[in-house]
Amino acid sequence: MPKIKLSEPAVETIKEVCKSFGNKEGELINVLHQVQNKLGYLPAEVQELVALELNMSVAKVYGVVTFYSYFTMLPKGEYPISICMGTACYVRGAEQVLSEFRRQLKVDVGQTTPDGKFSLSCLRCVGACGLAPVIMVGEKVYGRVSPQQVKQIIAEYQEGCPTHSVKTA
Amino acid sequence: MDIINVTVDNKPVVVRKGTTILEAAKSIGIKIPTLCHMKLDDLNIENKPGGCRICVVEVKGRRNLAPACCTEATDGMEISTHSIRAINARRTVMELILSDHPSDCLVCAKSGNCELQDMAHRLGIREIHYKGEQSTYREDTSPAIIRELNKCILCRRCEMMCNEVQTVGVLSAVNRGFTSVVAPAFEMNLDHSVCTYCGQCVAVCPTGALTEVDHTGAVVRALADPTKTVIVQTAPAVRAALGEEFEMEPGTLVTGKLVAALRRLGFDYVFDTDFGADLTIMEEGTELLNRLSRHIQGDPTVKLPILTSCCPAWVKFFEHQFPDMKEIPSTARSPQQMFGSIAKSYFAQKLGIRREDLVVVSIMPCVAKKYECGRDEFAVNGNPDVDYALTTRELAALVKVSNIQFRLLPNEDFDHPLGESTGAGVIFGTTGGVIEAAVRTAYELFTGKELPRVEFTELRGMEGLRSATIDFNGMPINIGIAHGLGNARKLLEEIRSGKSQFHAIEIMSCPGGCIGGGGQPYHHGNADVIKKRQMALYREDTNKTIRKSHENPYIIKLYEEFLGQPMSEKAHHLLHTVYFDRAH
Repeated sequence: MPKIKLSEPAVETIKEVCKSFGNKEGELINVLHQVQNKLGYLPAEVQELVALELNMSVAKVYGVVTFYSYFTMLPKGEYPISICMGTACYVRGAEQVLSEFRRQLKVDVGQTTPDGKFSLSCLRCVGACGLAPVIMVGEKVYGRVSPQQVKQIIAEYQEGCPTHSVKTA
Repeated sequence: MDIINVTVDNKPVVVRKGTTILEAAKSIGIKIPTLCHMKLDDLNIENKPGGCRICVVEVKGRRNLAPACCTEATDGMEISTHSIRAINARRTVMELILSDHPSDCLVCAKSGNCELQDMAHRLGIREIHYKGEQSTYREDTSPAIIRELNKCILCRRCEMMCNEVQTVGVLSAVNRGFTSVVAPAFEMNLDHSVCTYCGQCVAVCPTGALTEVDHTGAVVRALADPTKTVIVQTAPAVRAALGEEFEMEPGTLVTGKLVAALRRLGFDYVFDTDFGADLTIMEEGTELLNRLSRHIQGDPTVKLPILTSCCPAWVKFFEHQFPDMKEIPSTARSPQQMFGSIAKSYFAQKLGIRREDLVVVSIMPCVAKKYECGRDEFAVNGNPDVDYALTTRELAALVKVSNIQFRLLPNEDFDHPLGESTGAGVIFGTTGGVIEAAVRTAYELFTGKELPRVEFTELRGMEGLRSATIDFNGMPINIGIAHGLGNARKLLEEIRSGKSQFHAIEIMSCPGGCIGGGGQPYHHGNADVIKKRQMALYREDTNKTIRKSHENPYIIKLYEEFLGQPMSEKAHHLLHTVYFDRAH
């Protein structure tokens, strides 16, 4: 894992989030949620600082980060793509959609394209089962997606289409 | 109502409210099988995650089976521990666990001592009906501990010891579902973590997932090398536990047979770490008296309390977690390292050989000693003072492979000069023993009077944190004792906040002290074994003619011939050390 050095503002952000939850060990999940929302991801150095601030072991923090699929230790792409793997989407072919994204982007689940543009992840049920299979790019939801549409969806963002421009928080 | 009535297998039993089904059954002699559960009575150590489900029992009126280890008995409960349903469920659970476990039992380091193997036997598993993916994980080797997580059954005992008892916080369950493992943060290797190598994870691991690094092969090769003189030292706690490996009662003292076995293995000289312990008392006791007299004279720079420094896991613990306090522990090396240093200087000179031609092996109740003897500061030009540290278990393995019938061996005596020791050296192996030994010597040196009694029962016991005040001829000396690193942490935090009233503190990493060390025969969750070993050491002390370190004639001779005075320049060079800040 390449070592990174946290910037001063990032360190301040993390400390503030921890403080806002009273530096309590029991608030770990809330702290991680907020920190990831603000910084985009949770690299080792962030987890070390959170552990220090909440006075708990780094191993425990890492245990929680690796338990929940929501948390990520890798920076997400400019356009994070999430494929719903919930039961409804799955039976209606989410897996084929996923493998088409993997083929087109040449990355695996949990990875980001080398140009930093797209990252690929799976999630469980976005509550739009009627539209299965569902994918999300950033905050935008696509329903009834077929493998044939995948190329076109990617193209929308590669051209930097302004109407679809969605950035991560 | 504090008392409840239940029936277990149709037998009525009255228990206190809050009692688990497991304990209720145990109280009338019914032993429900358990795997992840472990309870060390009197040490306040319990692991009951309810994870393995081996202990399921049938409760009348309840839809599903209840895990006995973590289900409270309630009034009127009718429990069946061996109904067909319970037995079938138990066997299915066992088969599922085994379906994800390597079946290399014949060549596994834990074979014969494996709780999983025993349980499969007890449940009469003859076939595994389930076949599926097997979890695989890279092997992680450190200077002392090997992690083979393919063999992990996720009982979480190691995690409980590492976090709750030791507060070291290296191990945690990480990842999810089938890929779950118990690992350090970021799945780094142990030797990059803050692991102290206390070995308590190894001591409680039910399978071969956590074991010590095996150095028996290297020792056998050294013994077979005609150009080398190979000597051995044995730690005090070994003699009180080794017999267990040969089906002897826990608490049997096997000092004489131990010496005989080592001699038959081919060691040229069989010595005693207790000699090193007596030497430690001379140095550490003198250091304590120095600090005390400076304190009495009002020297504001003096650091009190003084902390013992015999335990390598404890040393690594404060180097990582309390580096700001690394000036407080005694600078005295541990008995193992003092022995090694003297052996490769004083004794090598006596033999007229180079230190490179002398191999020092130690037999230790400990896995951290393997790490300690490899620390750079304990070597001269790359040649370590102690070459190999074997655990009590490794020695037993070596005895067995060498066709020695341990129980039939005669009692033999240690060799001279490094084999002579006192009762004070012997009790180093139990919590409270180091400080009692130190008090015996410090009292007489401080007051110039002979002790009316050498036994300080107020320092003895199994409580995790203990304290006592000893009257040094009008001067009250406050003594603190901690065993288990979590207890040590409490005392350290007190010192850091300036609230500590102690003059001297003894710390041992393992519950019970070295008798409960990570390299000892497995206790399998039975704390009585540890208590019996403690009683054995106190018995050995009582049987000794000389019971104070400063009266050991060979220690006196060593100072006369070689070292001069305790804390002399030569003693400093050979017997003291420095500590490092490992947090930054």
